[in-house]
Amino acid sequence: MPKVPGLIKGLSITLKEVVKTMVKGAETVQYPHEKEALAPRSRGVIALHEDNCTSCMLCARECPDWCIYIEGHKDLAPPRRAGGSPRSVNKLDRFDIDYSLCMYCGICVEVCPFEALFWTPEYEYSEPRIADLLHDKTRLGQWMETVPEFESYEAGSVAKVKKVPRP
Amino acid sequence: MLLLELAYWQESILKLLLGFIVVLVPAGVTVYLYLFKMVSFMQSRLGPMEAGPYGSLQLLAELGKSAQKEDIFPDKADRIVYAAAPYVVIVSSFLLVLVVPFGPDAYFVNFDTGIFFALAVSSLSVIGILMAGWASASKYSLMGGLRAAGQLIAYELPLILAVVGVVIQAGTLNMQGIVDAQINGEIFGWGGLGNPFILTQFIAFFIFMVAVQAELTQTPFDMPVAESELVTGYMTEYSGFRFLMFFIGEFATANIFAFLGATLFLGGWSVPPFVTDMLGLDPYSAWFNLIGPIVMLTKMLLITFVIYWVRFTYPRFREDQLQAFAWKFLIPLSLVNIAITGVAKVVF
Repeated sequence: MPKVPGLIKGLSITLKEVVKTMVKGAETVQYPHEKEALAPRSRGVIALHEDNCTSCMLCARECPDWCIYIEGHKDLAPPRRAGGSPRSVNKLDRFDIDYSLCMYCGICVEVCPFEALFWTPEYEYSEPRIADLLHDKTRLGQWMETVPEFESYEAGSVAKVKKVPRP
Repeated sequence: MLLLELAYWQESILKLLLGFIVVLVPAGVTVYLYLFKMVSFMQSRLGPMEAGPYGSLQLLAELGKSAQKEDIFPDKADRIVYAAAPYVVIVSSFLLVLVVPFGPDAYFVNFDTGIFFALAVSSLSVIGILMAGWASASKYSLMGGLRAAGQLIAYELPLILAVVGVVIQAGTLNMQGIVDAQINGEIFGWGGLGNPFILTQFIAFFIFMVAVQAELTQTPFDMPVAESELVTGYMTEYSGFRFLMFFIGEFATANIFAFLGATLFLGGWSVPPFVTDMLGLDPYSAWFNLIGPIVMLTKMLLITFVIYWVRFTYPRFREDQLQAFAWKFLIPLSLVNIAITGVAKVVF
């Protein structure tokens, strides 16, 4: 035998919900007219700071999906002091991230010893063609503009000494 | 009411067109109002908002989408039965609307046994659902079809017995006669409100609403279409336009059962007599051929609101709970109602 008071209460809950939505509006965010307020450090897309990258291939090796493609060559840079030998510097030819494969785990950003990869909260980069989801070096460099500022450390914490000064 | 005399063939064509409009337009309106908007508001979201103002053209978009879909035939399906099943379901709702009166002269046919015809014809959709379940040659469809067979046949009895209570009180099977009995009736000597049968036949109204909910396979009686268990039950293998036939058939039948409920219990196309007395109108005047459909629409919207409110609130019955509810509770209750009505009719 169904418990009638519970049944009536159920009906009243749905009716109250209708009235509440009519009066106060829905709980959902009406994308694309409104955008959701994102959490800090949200992961949208990965940006590349090319000057820091030394083609060490750690990110490409650690990526579980093998979605990072790196090609580079060695160049000779002028010696630091007069009379020294020319230094060899790694220069990037190609640094592509295939976002159709990327699973947004962030291992490449964590693993990079030179802080060349950064998370940004940009998420509106869907394309009609899957091939356009391969972001090349230039596009990854453009995403750097959207990287948010580092949050300040909590009061009383010891600041980590950064090996590579952030520009 | 007709300002010009029409030949029988012209009248028939007019009735044909009106029949399509009366079945399909309210179905479209209720689909938008209840299925897109009311369920969304109950779940604290807004529903379709992009197609047309506030999403009103969403059904048009769905029509277009279904029309361009591929017509799928499962390999082992029985082609003729599979193709015919949606049409059997939708034809039963078109036949059902024939006997509903929308005004003193605004009806399609005025059978002397109108309500008997309506109940008989509403059983045709059961055959359509069984055809769909069996001919789809898929396990989900077969399970859905078998559950439908048990449920729909079980709940036809309370439906019919509830209506018998109304018929005893009205004294006639004729639909216009039932409306007349409600207009001309009196409550304890006061004729201001007429005598809508919902007041004396509240048990029958409750049984009618529950049985209608089950006949339409709406939750909590949606075992045949148990969404999370059976994909879509008997409709699993249907896509595109055929699915749309089932879909529109379901909503059209809901509307027409609501029209029937309004006629049987809420006084049909009439407004309470104290209103017509205030306006100085005769309740059977030609004005009611225009006001009647609007009144019927309002009453239909009220009843369908209750049907969908219950649908969007409750979880579903288990098959054995469903059958026990029909056979062990609703049928004895409706028989008791008939007994009380019969005694009261003779005594009072």
